[in-house]
Amino acid sequence: MTASPVAVAGAGVDSPAQARVAYNEEVVRLFTIATVFWGVIAFAAGTFIAFQLAYPVLNLGLEWTTFGRLRPVHTSAAIFAFGGSALFATSLYVVQRTCKATLFGGRYLALFVFWGYQLFIVLAASGYVLGITQGREYAEPEWYVDLWLTVVWVAYLVVFAGTIMRRKEPHIYVANWFYLAFILTIAVLHLGNNLAVPVSFFGAKSYSLFSGVQDALTQWWYGHNAVGFFLTAGFLGIMYYFVPKRAERPVYSYRLSIVHFWSLIFLYIWAGPHHLHYTALPDWSQTLGMTFSLMLWMPSWGGMINGIMTLSGAWDKLRTDPVLRFLVTSVGFYGMSTFEGPLMSIRQVNALSHYTDWTVGHVHSGALGWVAFVSFGAIYYLVPKLWKRRELYSMKLVGYHFWIATIGIVLYITAMWVSGIMQGLMWRSYDELGFLQFSFIETVEAMHPFYVIRALGGVLFLIGALIMAYNLIRTIRGDVRREAGHPALAPAGGVRAQPAE
Amino acid sequence: MPTKVEKDALTGRETTGHEWDGIKELNNPLPKWWVYVFYATIAFSLVYFVLYPSIPWINGYFPGILGDNQRLTLERQMQEGFEAQAGLRTAINQATLEEIVADPQLLAFAVAGGRAAFADNCVPCHGLGGAGQAGGYPVLADDAWIWGGTLAAISETLHVGIRWEEEPLTRWAEMPAYGELGILTPEQISDVAHYVLTLSGADGADAQAAARGAETYEWECAACHGAAGEGIQDLGAPALSDAIWLYGGGHAAIAAQIANPQHGVMPAWGGRLDDDTIKMLTVYVHALGGGQ
Repeated sequence: MTASPVAVAGAGVDSPAQARVAYNEEVVRLFTIATVFWGVIAFAAGTFIAFQLAYPVLNLGLEWTTFGRLRPVHTSAAIFAFGGSALFATSLYVVQRTCKATLFGGRYLALFVFWGYQLFIVLAASGYVLGITQGREYAEPEWYVDLWLTVVWVAYLVVFAGTIMRRKEPHIYVANWFYLAFILTIAVLHLGNNLAVPVSFFGAKSYSLFSGVQDALTQWWYGHNAVGFFLTAGFLGIMYYFVPKRAERPVYSYRLSIVHFWSLIFLYIWAGPHHLHYTALPDWSQTLGMTFSLMLWMPSWGGMINGIMTLSGAWDKLRTDPVLRFLVTSVGFYGMSTFEGPLMSIRQVNALSHYTDWTVGHVHSGALGWVAFVSFGAIYYLVPKLWKRRELYSMKLVGYHFWIATIGIVLYITAMWVSGIMQGLMWRSYDELGFLQFSFIETVEAMHPFYVIRALGGVLFLIGALIMAYNLIRTIRGDVRREAGHPALAPAGGVRAQPAE
Repeated sequence: MPTKVEKDALTGRETTGHEWDGIKELNNPLPKWWVYVFYATIAFSLVYFVLYPSIPWINGYFPGILGDNQRLTLERQMQEGFEAQAGLRTAINQATLEEIVADPQLLAFAVAGGRAAFADNCVPCHGLGGAGQAGGYPVLADDAWIWGGTLAAISETLHVGIRWEEEPLTRWAEMPAYGELGILTPEQISDVAHYVLTLSGADGADAQAAARGAETYEWECAACHGAAGEGIQDLGAPALSDAIWLYGGGHAAIAAQIANPQHGVMPAWGGRLDDDTIKMLTVYVHALGGGQ
């Protein structure tokens, strides 16, 4: 059984109505290339600094290559360069298709968004290496970079919202709600967390408008919602388009998408204080952060249910389509890390997990398993469409990428669970006379083997991304690898290859 | 735009009638378990608001009917910890260092407490178990002492530190920079370094150079380091005859140290750590292997 009865109309083959709209695919192609490029950079930088933690000699004794300077290069490359480019590429593709309208603002505004954003990335990263930073996690760029990003972001909002306003469809598709929530909230967060006074016009240094615990709370209001709106809401937008498209099935529940969208948006913004448990932050504020994180569990899972249940009746496609496997596995990882998050926000659990590698493992099960996997799925879907190829160069290589990357993630997060929980337990162990049992350096020594395992997980993830880059380059060149059952080798106009049942 | 409700053949569910780029939506209800778990997390939160500090107002906040908060929790746990150790802590406070070492129970307690304090404060320089580090961080587990290895001497060093400028009574010793100040020529320094090597019977000493250096050693070095390089602890002058080196034991390293000496610094822990902790640290360091 191949084509599902409902959703195939218009999937794969453009209907006459769509064909009349001249979609702007140039900017989508550019952002797609940027996604793959920055992905490889981000994973390579992450793997390198993971080895630095295991073998400090790799700091090389140079200020520019120390862990402290390269770590924000890795996080910004992963979140803003790789994840950001994936969000730009997919949102600008999805908004046109689901609105049946070309991008608002024309070719040059779209190109400005692309090149402006790339300039932001380069300005930010070069600043980190040279030691220019605000010292705010995930908001390290100094004031001049912040101002530039604001200009680019407003242009992005104009393009995206303008396209929605000129849509030919009566309703706005759910993916676009999520994308719009992401764009608007990131604008608010960016402005709120970067309220700083520059020391001089020609100097990079600035000072935050807030001080003390207010400053910390502002930072984590931002930090947590960078996760919530950049890495969750935005990527749910990707999920809501590419999962039903690739599975060729209708979205499981419209009602669930409404309820979980609004509850997610409302609850997420309050959850930041859980990053400041047992600090100078007042207790009542910690309670707020913890309880709103707990209440966030089901709204988060609404997206997982809608993603996974959309496959009802089409589960067999997972066997044959590695691209769909990426998309569905990403939703699984999303469910796992959005369960783990509320769990870790509970004060008593946080007392064990906070400041340990457990947090690092949690972030990476989300970043690698959810954000990167859903992006890979979307990119594998997009590239043949954008370059007018029937399918990818090789489906086998997608399969290798999937398994190598999955093993990499499993190595990474299990190593960090063991190491993080061990670290937390060692910090709090007392001997029979009531004295602390371990010194800090003993915990570091105990974690060393897990640092090595984590770095090897990173190597696997990077190898997977390099396989993807190769596969995509060959696809763009128009090559097709001779493989049994390759959809591109099926007779023209044929449906996707399926196993005989 | 087809806005007509259809039936999905695979699941038997109706669609909402919307369609975007070929994507339709089923009109499934919210999963029951999802709704109930959502309600449960809300109910849990409401109960938590009542029990713990939650709602803020203008100059305060609702403290919760349990009346507990993180500061009280910390105070309670610290109190419990101190109470559990109260008897032995008092005994440590009242006993002299010699009495602690003589009493097996107090000794065990002081060594455990000292080990924990050492791990927190001393390990970054002196290493786990007092193993020391290259580059001027002395081993504390051997019997070579620069400022003395008796209980009293260790306690004094802990209290006042070494070359710690904020502490007026700090232990202070400074070797002249024989090369930098031009007191000795490079040739003389090389000769003395050869002679110093012979003091511990180390390899690599040039006998002729050492013979020339012996005279210089007697004038310039013996006053502090002793005629046979045995060191003088009252002056903080390390022994040169025990083949233990702070800044390296080869000819070049010794010559460099004579020409332009490096001097280590240790903070004064009196005032930073309470006296009982310093007592326990003293006993622990003394017990590491080289106490005198």
